[in-house]
Amino acid sequence: MAMTQVNPTRMELTRQKSKLVTAIRGHKLLKDKRDELMRRFLDLVRLNKQLREEVEEGIRAANRRFVLAAAVMNDPALKTALLAPKQSVSVSVAAKNVMSVDIPVMDYKTGSPGEGDIFSYGFAFTSGDLDDAVRSLNDIFPKLLKLAECEKSCRLMADEIEKTRRRVNALEHVMIPEYQRQIKYITMKLDENERSTQIRLMKVKDMMIKENIEQKRAKMA
Amino acid sequence: MYSIAVMGDRDSVAGFGALGLETRFTDEPRETMKTFRQLASSGRYAVIYITEKAAAMISDEIEKYNEAMLPAVILIPGVSGNTGMGIAGVKKSVEKAVGSDIIFND
Repeated sequence: MAMTQVNPTRMELTRQKSKLVTAIRGHKLLKDKRDELMRRFLDLVRLNKQLREEVEEGIRAANRRFVLAAAVMNDPALKTALLAPKQSVSVSVAAKNVMSVDIPVMDYKTGSPGEGDIFSYGFAFTSGDLDDAVRSLNDIFPKLLKLAECEKSCRLMADEIEKTRRRVNALEHVMIPEYQRQIKYITMKLDENERSTQIRLMKVKDMMIKENIEQKRAKMA
Repeated sequence: MYSIAVMGDRDSVAGFGALGLETRFTDEPRETMKTFRQLASSGRYAVIYITEKAAAMISDEIEKYNEAMLPAVILIPGVSGNTGMGIAGVKKSVEKAVGSDIIFND
């Protein structure tokens, strides 16, 4: 690891210490964020799995009926039957902030002439299987939308968890040890300087005393 | 207000038209890519449902929209059956977040 060289001064020491404090606090916060995100993510992803299984099963059933309908009816008739939908769907999307991740909250409105009136065709020239197919798709539709919301949220949260985890690890294993190492280096260096000054002073004092004694001796003689 | 789009081969997707969703029929990769780009970049759609078969052709392009909040690109099984790609996507996000798959290994 590349070590950055720092000046062994008191000012630098104070700076490094305050950086260490910030890093430790940031580490704690990010760790909490990661844990909370993970907890929510796991709840959400279980829901996601369940919804997906239900939706896939529903679509499979609808498709089976649709294939039956397509087999019984001729192609142009089938196309025209589904050409002009009676119902229109619009979705409003709001963002919900979960631990700094914006996840979508979707709410849909259907503009249909009547409750359950979803068939865009007369019943005279179409197969009953088509009715079943359209009805089962309609039944699964709320879940389909819920799945979209849930799966998107899961994906966004997974991204955020990964990012947060990297940050936590970088702080824990790189930044904090680096600051600690630098603080240690500066303290050692400063202590060493202090000791050497002390010794120098003691030496000088010794020399002065010695000189004094010798002068006195010379005077006495 | 946003709309919802469904794209894929005609047989898989046509039924959704009856529900009032906007349908786009595509079969071959180039066309699929073009349609998907149009839908995704228009900003009019909150959700784009795409059949697993069609999604397999343009998986790189789909991945670009993973980080944006909208549109949500959701895979659905087509008329030819379930390839397991949709559930694999969920699995992937679990692996990404947790580090290993703890939801689907039972």
